[in-house]
Amino acid sequence: MKNRSLVSIDDLSKEEILKVLDLAEGFEKNPSQQILNGKVVATLFFEPSTRTRLSFESAVNRLGGRIIGFSEASSTSVSKGESLKDTILTVANYSDLIVMRHPIEGSARYASEVSGVPIINAGDGANQHPTQTLLDLYSIRKTQGKLDNLKIVMVGDLKYGRTVHSLLMAMSRFNTSFTFISPKELQMPLEYKMYLDKIGLKFKETSDLAENIKDADIVYMTRVQRERFSDPLEYEKVKNVYVLRNGMLQDTKPNMKVLHPLPRVNEIHTDVDDNPKAYYFPQALNGVYTRMAIMALILGLK
Amino acid sequence: MKDIKQLSVNAIHNGTVIDHIPAQNLFKVITILGLDKINSKITFGTNLESQRMGRKAIIKIEDKFFEKDEINRIALVAPLAKLNIIREYEVVEKMLVEVPEEISGIVKCMNPKCVTNNEKVTPRFKVVDKKNVSLKCHYCEKITDQEHMEYL
Ligand SMILES: [Zn+2]
Repeated sequence: MKNRSLVSIDDLSKEEILKVLDLAEGFEKNPSQQILNGKVVATLFFEPSTRTRLSFESAVNRLGGRIIGFSEASSTSVSKGESLKDTILTVANYSDLIVMRHPIEGSARYASEVSGVPIINAGDGANQHPTQTLLDLYSIRKTQGKLDNLKIVMVGDLKYGRTVHSLLMAMSRFNTSFTFISPKELQMPLEYKMYLDKIGLKFKETSDLAENIKDADIVYMTRVQRERFSDPLEYEKVKNVYVLRNGMLQDTKPNMKVLHPLPRVNEIHTDVDDNPKAYYFPQALNGVYTRMAIMALILGLK
Repeated sequence: MKDIKQLSVNAIHNGTVIDHIPAQNLFKVITILGLDKINSKITFGTNLESQRMGRKAIIKIEDKFFEKDEINRIALVAPLAKLNIIREYEVVEKMLVEVPEEISGIVKCMNPKCVTNNEKVTPRFKVVDKKNVSLKCHYCEKITDQEHMEYL
């Protein structure tokens, strides 16, 4: 991975994914390694995403690196109409690595083609967010002790949710059995179901939450957003149907963990938070170790 | 008989004849091959009757020979096109177009939020379905199908 950009989870082989996870494990055991000493990481957030930015910046700081950048585009030359190419070429002069979030889809791939330093895609519109996928994989492996042969239940907005699409693609390399639970309007797109058929992985599609999480190893929750519905009445009908409550966890497997990319709205009731099966806050912490590992590999420091 | 039909546009001495272009795509073929920018003598006929494809167009270009990569660029708009290479009024070679693995700079990505529609970036695609030509954007990774293809 040395000197390579990370734009899409598909850019990584299965071996490379496992290498990132192994290294992240090392950083979890010993998070204060000063290996980024003397390095400058640019965090260019053309749209705000406080959570992702802080996670990256925490990872850089813990490793002894320095950070330059901006947290929204409005205060920069971008708002004066500067092209993405010019911004990237300029910032590449000042940094060893660029972490970039941008609302335009494909912007990270393009940036990686014009930049002299590697780019890490921290989200390009609805397209890709590979470090989220890697931290999800890390969380799954850490809680289950393995990635192979697991049963994963995905809940909520499966149509537009890029995190579930990337996670599906990544986990499909590990003989996963999937269950998709969503309102009809937000079902998993056909292309992903066709892909699973093609590679011979089983999946189940249903709209009943409580019944279908009983044999799950991982329940991956996502937000159902009002703006995804053309008919506001439809949203009102489903908004409380896909809510996970503590009572539902009673008959689930002891190893089961609930994941969520955060921020949540109401899809996980707060009464779940104290259940040991709730894993969404530790999941966010895993993001720091995973991002440490990715940066260390790309900069050739590990 | 066929040859007589082709003669409805004058024969050429040396050059290339592109036949079986769908009539409605004639000008797209001209643009894609840049025929509007070269100095060769060019004649074309359109709305000619064709048993295979309804109305077809034909282009004859004097003193111009195409590389395979160059000609494959028209595969999206004229997948059935046939080329006759002419030397001294004789057909010396025939070529068919082939849908390439990748294309760039011909079609627009149908995703309005794609970087190719928002910055000065040449669209690039992987051809994921050759039969019902559908294209996966190299940048935003969305699919542009035949129905939504818009030419640059
Ligand atoms: Zn695109």
